Order: sequence, then structure tokens, then C-alpha cells
Amino acid sequence: MAELSSSKIPAQKIPVTVLTGYLGAGKTTLLNRILSENHGKKYAVIVNEFGEIGIDNDLIIGADEEVFEMNNGCICCTVRGDLVRILDGLMKRKGKFDAIIVETTGLADPAPVAQTFFVDEDVQNNARLDAVVTVADAKWLSDRLKDAPEAKNQIAFADVIVLNKTDLVSKPELAEVEARIRAINPYAKLHRTERCQVALSDVLERGAFDLDRILDIEPDFLEAGDDHDHHDHHHGHDHHHHDHGHDAHSHGGLKHYHDEEMQSLSLRSSKPLDPAKFMPWLQSLVASEGQKILRSKGILSFSDDDDRYVFQGVHMMLEGDHQRKWKDGEPRESRLVFIGRELPEQKIREGFESCITA
Amino acid sequence: MKQFDPTENSASIVSITDRVRPLVIGMPVTSVHFLGDRAAFVGAEENVALVSAEGEISQVAVHGGGILCTASDGARLVMGGDDGRLVALDKAGEVTLLATDPKRRWIDNVALHPDGAVAWSVGKTAFVRGGKAEDKSFEVPSTVGGLAFAPKGLRLAIAHYNGVTLWFPNMAGNAEFLEWAGSHLGVVFSPDNKFLVTTMHEPALHGWRLADQRHMRMTGYPGRVRSMSWSAGGKALATSGADTVILWPFASKDGPMGKQPAMLAPLAARVSVVACHPKQDVLAAGYSDGTILLVRLNDGAEILVRKNGAAAVSALGWNAKSTLLAFAAEDGDAGFVEL
Repeated sequence: MAELSSSKIPAQKIPVTVLTGYLGAGKTTLLNRILSENHGKKYAVIVNEFGEIGIDNDLIIGADEEVFEMNNGCICCTVRGDLVRILDGLMKRKGKFDAIIVETTGLADPAPVAQTFFVDEDVQNNARLDAVVTVADAKWLSDRLKDAPEAKNQIAFADVIVLNKTDLVSKPELAEVEARIRAINPYAKLHRTERCQVALSDVLERGAFDLDRILDIEPDFLEAGDDHDHHDHHHGHDHHHHDHGHDAHSHGGLKHYHDEEMQSLSLRSSKPLDPAKFMPWLQSLVASEGQKILRSKGILSFSDDDDRYVFQGVHMMLEGDHQRKWKDGEPRESRLVFIGRELPEQKIREGFESCITA
Repeated sequence: MKQFDPTENSASIVSITDRVRPLVIGMPVTSVHFLGDRAAFVGAEENVALVSAEGEISQVAVHGGGILCTASDGARLVMGGDDGRLVALDKAGEVTLLATDPKRRWIDNVALHPDGAVAWSVGKTAFVRGGKAEDKSFEVPSTVGGLAFAPKGLRLAIAHYNGVTLWFPNMAGNAEFLEWAGSHLGVVFSPDNKFLVTTMHEPALHGWRLADQRHMRMTGYPGRVRSMSWSAGGKALATSGADTVILWPFASKDGPMGKQPAMLAPLAARVSVVACHPKQDVLAAGYSDGTILLVRLNDGAEILVRKNGAAAVSALGWNAKSTLLAFAAEDGDAGFVEL
């Protein structure tokens, strides 16, 4: 399944935002805002239940979540069959909308919907997965993480987390739920909201911006969640060349959780990678450990290559491309992130080390 | 059809590009069908362009959104749209509304029976309307991927996830189920009613011999098959999806079982559409680079119809007399070829 192409990304792919979240977290509230606010953009929205959206719009399409296995011998290779069909139909109306939002049901595993954008040739040619946005309920998420594997998957998959209903919890409770989230996924951009009041530009059309940002984060500095909600610290530029805004400001008494099941792993190298070693290593890694790896992403610097190479993956599927030239003065650093279950950390670290040029 | 024969010593390909009458349709075209003397170029959304043999174009509004599926019997063209409407366009250019989905769900598939019955699907439900009888419906376990009427009797094949359901709308009792794992999209019966073939979500076809439900796996395509066409008399099934036309043999009672397909007209581009000549063993093939070739089935001899197109060929259609080939590309560039 692992296919890394070397072609350039065509410019006209339509960005797709996948909106997940456990039952009652506030997905519909966020969708209604996206559809009703005057932002000058037109969205085609694929919803799992017609009628919840109180807006009449011929670009709102009802979908049954049909998860299909692919006949390719890869057991975690599932796609959303309905999505393949709907995206195909929507492409007839290119030009009538700027982006697509796919809402999943509260109990959905985000993997099939994300994988649809990797495995289907026609979908790949026309659309690209922009971000997985997970709406989480500040009051109930901690409980759901214990009893609902779907809720944990949704947090692990997220590029952006909207931690909603923060008005219903105390400060210590909020710190607790954030710590739980960070134990699973320290890399997602986290927004605290009431009634999903988040700037839409923070959840939609994030693209490569988020990839850069995600990979700039040192998880260790992230204990307290994202910085921009705090007004009580000074930006320090002293400790790391590009951790602007992610200072190690301390929050007294914050708990630091380790999720027993789900972990993340980040890798870095300031020496270039050998593409002849790295590509086969990554492909064989996801082929053998893909069931454990929920998401993978990276920005790579290869030897003898002036382009940044970016990739992202879901389970056994990978998608990568030369993104752009490294800028003058930009540190040519390779950064990778894996989020998954029972990740074989030592095996991954050693494999990665062996791909670094001497 | 003498002009199809390339000269014996043709080192370079025979060309009839000078016989193309270009047409400016002005919208992306997804299929073309002849309605009497006029060609109906179906737009990706809203309109059909009716074009006379002289090249006179008239636009007809048919849908309030994307046009998702089409079927034609030469007398009328039936279309389903994302506006939840099923409409028919006749030779005179008149539009008739056949059905409306009350929830404005998409009409995903449509099929026509030689006796005039029409079938369509919305989500998991297939509908049939025939004669004066009331509409009948049948629900399958997952969203319908394709519909086809058998050439004989009122029998509808409904392709879906993990197989095809064969439904007899006028008979009580259970529908027949042909099982094969995976998502089945397009579906066709062979003209002799002996075989059923589906295009799958994977780059493969699957077939069944209807008498004994024996399976036929037709694999090896680099891309998904989106276009299938039976040769005159149903002796072979031509398909898109590769950089050659893949032609599966169906002349014997075993169909393509245990046989290799013929691979005709290789180009450095993907075949996007195929349309077999209605009477002769010749087919038209359109490619992703805009090229169109006429190909003789028995020896693969080629005649160049069009080259240097900008977009992939999206539509090919022959008129009933097989004197005219209509084509169109995704960018709306279109034309007629007189033969």
C-alpha cells in the first residue's frame, strides 16, 4: 500500500476537512457556524444525518457511512465507499465550491475516511485531505477516553482539536482533560471553546501550515496545551531556534499522563537523510507496523536535494511529495511524528537513525 | 467501410483528422448519445447540448445541478441529477420530469429497458417503472453502484458492495444474489444474456456466467475501469483503464475464462472511453491525452481521428446508422467524424 510518488502536487486539488467528534461534542454547532457565517467561501458538506443542519443548501449531501474493505490483501485498508461516490459526483460541480467538509458520525473510526484520500486514484487526483478536526466535550471526554475506543481514535487522529464546552468545567478539570488529550496526541492544535466559538480560519484550510507547526512542537514543552490562550508569559526565544511561542512556562501542579495504549513519537535529524535508505525503511515500517501506526507525518531533508519533502500517512498508506525549495537560512532539518498504539519505539528510532547520512 | 482498411504498407498511421467537424459545446461533457438525427452532449451539470449533423447547437436545461447518470435507447435520454430529479429528453428536445426524490437525494444510476421500462436508484433503493404498472422498488444492503436491464425479460441487475442482486420486478419471490467481495460499480449484461460483468472499485472487472454462476476475474488494470462497450454482436467486451484497449473474448460459451484479453492500440496515455461500432468489428477509443483512434478488432489496425487535444476524452458515441461518430473531451472541445 505504501506508495510515495515523486510527482509535483497539482495546484487545483480541493481541500477536504474531516470533522469528527464523539456524540454530543458539538460537531453540528460547528457545522452550522461554518455554513451560516459570512466568510466568503462556499463549502460542500457531506453530513451523516440529513436534517440536523438547519440550512437549506444544495451542496449539503447526506451520506451513509459505508466502510468498504479493499480487495488488496491489506486488512486495515478500508475506505468510505459512499465518499468515493459522492466526491466523484461533486467533481461535476467543480467551481461551485471552494472546499469540502466531511462530517462523520460520533462513533466513527476516522481511519476509513482518511484512507479514502490515499487509496482511491480518482479521489486523489481531485481532492486532498486538509485536516482532521475533532470536536471534544471538555466535560465528558475524560470519561469517554476510558470507555469509548472511538473517542480515543478521534483524538489520536486529529490535526486540530476543538475542546468545546469549557464553560461547563472548572479550571482543574480543564487542565485534567487537556493533559489526557496531550498524553494521546501532543501535536494537534488545540482550541478551547464555548459553543464552538473558534475562528473558522483556525479549523479550515490549514494545509501545510499545520504540518510545519505540528512538527515544530517539542512535545515536552506542551504540558499546558497551546500557548495562545495564555496572557501571562513572555515569549522567550532563548531555548530553541524555532519554538517561538512554545515556551516551557510552567503551570504548577499540572498532571502529566501517559496513555497506556496510545502514544506518540517524534524524530529529528539535522543531518540529511539518504532517500535510498529512508523511503524503503518508511515503506517497510508502515507495511509491518501499519496497524499500530494511526498517523504519521513528516518534513524531510534529503541529501543532494534542495526541495523539502513532505509526507503524511494513515496506517499502511503513505502519501508524499516534494513540497518546495528550502528557503535561504531555513534549517534543513528532518522531523517526523508517529501517533499510534503500542508503537515499537526502539525499532522506529533505530531504523530512522540508520537512514541518516554519515 | 473500406476506408477503415489501412494500406498494406502503412508505416505511419492512417489519419482521418481532416474529416473531423469541430464543435464548441462550451461546457465540460460527460457523455454523448444520439437521439434520432441529433447528438445529445450531456454536460457535467445542468444542460444538454443537442447538435444536428450540420453542427447546429441548441442548449436544453435538464437539471438544477450536477448530472450524475445517463441512459439512452436512441429515442430518449434519461438522466438523474444531484437535484433529486429523474428527467427524460426526447428527439424533439422536450424535457419530461419522470420522478423526484422527496428528500432531494441524488439519483445515482439509471438504466433503460428495450421495451421502455426505466430503472433508477437513490442510495440503497432501486426503482423500476414499466408500462402502466405502479413503480416498484427494491432495497439492497448498500448503496447501488450500477444498474442494468437484462436484454430479455424484465430483470434488473443491481450492483452494490460485495456483489450483484438480480431482481425480477414483476415476480414475487426472492431476488438472486451473485456474491463477490468488494465494491461493484458499473454493471452490464452480455447481449446474449449469458454473462454479467461489473466494474469494481479496484482496478478490475468481475464476471459471472449466469447459467452456473461461475466466476470470471478480469484483473491487471493499472486504473479503475470506467468505460465498457460490447462489440457488434457481443463477441467481445472492450474496456478502458489501461494504456491499451483491453478486449475480453466472449464469443465462446466459457467467455474469457482461462483466456487472455487482446490488448489493442497502445499509447503513452490511459484509455478513458471506448465505444464499439454498432455493426462492424471496429471500435473508437478515447485517451487521457485527448487522442482518439479507430481500431479494427481482428488485427488492431489503427486510424487516427484526433490528436493534440488538451483534455481527456470523456465521451464517444455512434449514431444508429453508424455514419457519424460524436466525441467530446472534459474541457468541452467536441466534434463529429463522418464515416
